[in-house]
Amino acid sequence: MDFDLLVGIFPQVLLDGLILGFMYALIALGYTMVYGVLEFINFAHSEIFVVGAFVGVEILLSLQSAGWLERAPWILVLLAVLLAGAVISGLLAVTIERVAYRPLRTAPRLIPLISAIGVSFFLQDAVRLVESIWRNAFNLVYPPMDVLNERYELTSTIDVSMKSLVVIVAALLMLWGLHALVNRTKIGTAIRAVAEDQAAASLMGINVNRIISLTFLIGGAMGGAAGVLFGVQYGLINPYTGFIPGLKAFTAAVLGGIGNIPGAMVGGLVLGLLEAFAASYMSLLTGGAFGAEYKDIFAFSVLILILIFRPKGLLGEVVRERA
Amino acid sequence: MGSHFIRGVLVLCLALAVGFVPAASPVDAQGKGTVKIATQSPLSGGQAALGEGIKLGTQLAVEKFKGNLEKAGWKVELVPFDDQAKPDVGVANAKNIIADKDILGVIGHLNSGVAIPSSEVYKEVNLTMISPANTNPTVTDRGYANVYRVCGRDDVQGVVGSEFAHGSLKSKTAYVIHDKTTYGQGVAEFFKADAEKKGIKVIGFEGTEEKSNFDPIITPIKAKNPDLIYFGGIYEQAAPFFKAAREKGIKAKFLGPDGLDSSDLTKIAGKTVVGMHYTSVAGPVSVYPQAKQFADEYKKKFGKNPEPFAAQAYDATAILLKAIEASAKGGKAPTRDSVTAAVRDVKHTGITGTVEFDAKGDPKKALYFVLQVASDNPEKWGDNKEVKRLTIAAPAAPKK
Repeated sequence: MDFDLLVGIFPQVLLDGLILGFMYALIALGYTMVYGVLEFINFAHSEIFVVGAFVGVEILLSLQSAGWLERAPWILVLLAVLLAGAVISGLLAVTIERVAYRPLRTAPRLIPLISAIGVSFFLQDAVRLVESIWRNAFNLVYPPMDVLNERYELTSTIDVSMKSLVVIVAALLMLWGLHALVNRTKIGTAIRAVAEDQAAASLMGINVNRIISLTFLIGGAMGGAAGVLFGVQYGLINPYTGFIPGLKAFTAAVLGGIGNIPGAMVGGLVLGLLEAFAASYMSLLTGGAFGAEYKDIFAFSVLILILIFRPKGLLGEVVRERA
Repeated sequence: MGSHFIRGVLVLCLALAVGFVPAASPVDAQGKGTVKIATQSPLSGGQAALGEGIKLGTQLAVEKFKGNLEKAGWKVELVPFDDQAKPDVGVANAKNIIADKDILGVIGHLNSGVAIPSSEVYKEVNLTMISPANTNPTVTDRGYANVYRVCGRDDVQGVVGSEFAHGSLKSKTAYVIHDKTTYGQGVAEFFKADAEKKGIKVIGFEGTEEKSNFDPIITPIKAKNPDLIYFGGIYEQAAPFFKAAREKGIKAKFLGPDGLDSSDLTKIAGKTVVGMHYTSVAGPVSVYPQAKQFADEYKKKFGKNPEPFAAQAYDATAILLKAIEASAKGGKAPTRDSVTAAVRDVKHTGITGTVEFDAKGDPKKALYFVLQVASDNPEKWGDNKEVKRLTIAAPAAPKK
């Protein structure tokens, strides 16, 4: 076995894993925040993520056809696209909650879950329908932006592209912003109060419905921004793109401890790193017997082990106490 | 109010049903009945570009060649099915197809992994399937009397690829990626086996179902620095892979089979695939002298250039219609059995060459091409340069 090779690619794999991990973390926040306040899994979240990615690609494509993509400063374009993806996905999440979940809030736990799966199917095919009418396309490609594709070669096997840096910086800023919002502001206190005990929170004068809407708005916005970053990083999206990342992010949320915001970040990073290392190293270490195709099996086996020893996730589940 | 609403809906349904009943069972005075031809190809999803081409090629051929049958009193109809490139959907459609007694032949599929299980269903009723695009050897090697194809095979195509890698590209090392489907993994294995025989070192053989994030696969490839990357699969997966690989600084040459042959390859991967080579069993329409008129008619009717396999579907349909005509001779009603038997005797010179079937349903001689991507403009996919053209006889049936 080529030892130099194994060591040589280590930093690159670490970087690939971190990028993937941040992506999972951003999506996982949507699952975990909703679980925190409502104790239910919003399975439509993966489609909220995809809608963000589609908003991003539509804006970039229209800028491109208007000829503004090259002329406008790239950082401004990127910020605008991220913001648009976040706002539209956030509003979509709020609408979904209002239409498909709120009427079912007093129903047994499984009912809104089924409603969520229905919304997920609906959104997948709605996006597919709109795109096939509008662009007659299934796969959409993010228009390349030269600045983002610039690469900085550190060694012959390791390089960092501008877009990877953008993804990491954007993810870190958003995670930090959310952390500050939840822990240091009045709104954050209200969210935590609702998560802990809805009845008591409403007795304290907190408008529970508004806080739940706000939770969906924030979770959806993070998901939408993650969608834009996903498109910028990997380039190709289609209406079903969200399914696998959504599933992985949900897993990341459980891994970190569902309902626990720092847990979702940690869970996302752990899962992203596990996956990247499995995909890059498995075939090298086993002499090709087990290839990259086994990455999910490896990552999920580790996950099962972690959950056997820490059933409430790495940082522990946060569930409101019952009176 | 609720019951009023439901009653209203019921009345409406009833009215519609009554309205449709006479239309559904037309009593054709002079006609003998209807002959239907089904297509099965992905009409939705990431491979729809090629699947749509198969449907439209068939449609054009049906309109062009149905005259004789219509004169004999038969109405000819096309029934397109969407197999979504998924085996389970293909088989479910196949069950619907065999249930419709008027369907006398199927043109399809795009994916060998879908064609193989679906043709098991057609075999139950001896229904002809003529494939314009399925290259996996198993499709015909099972020796089913009802299964035909008008294109070449992967055990030859893989070798054409490795021959080109060895002889023309002078590759010493190769890294092979495949998509884990019957088709993609199959052709990748044929490539690998023959490449090793020729002395090319295969330093990696990797299957993946990934569609967007190829980073962790690319990192070890970059470290191993192969001369050539062979992707056994379809363009919707290969294109983002090639794009990411180039963007990450991989300098290896790219090569792949006919699954890459779609304008969507450049639509997705842009200039990163310009200059790469791929092998195909279907040349671009421009290499067939007789196909010019077909391309013009296609463009006029559907407003786009024919995708690869559209011309093959057109020829396959012409063969099927000839067989139906032959078995309708003398005023007889053609049956599935008579059509299946008649296909074997058809010798057809179509736009992609002359097709004559051997005992297992392969064309006796098939064309294989090596093509080079000419431009990053998807509109110009048809201009891809033909680097090599070979006529190779189909291998004999395997011993059982």
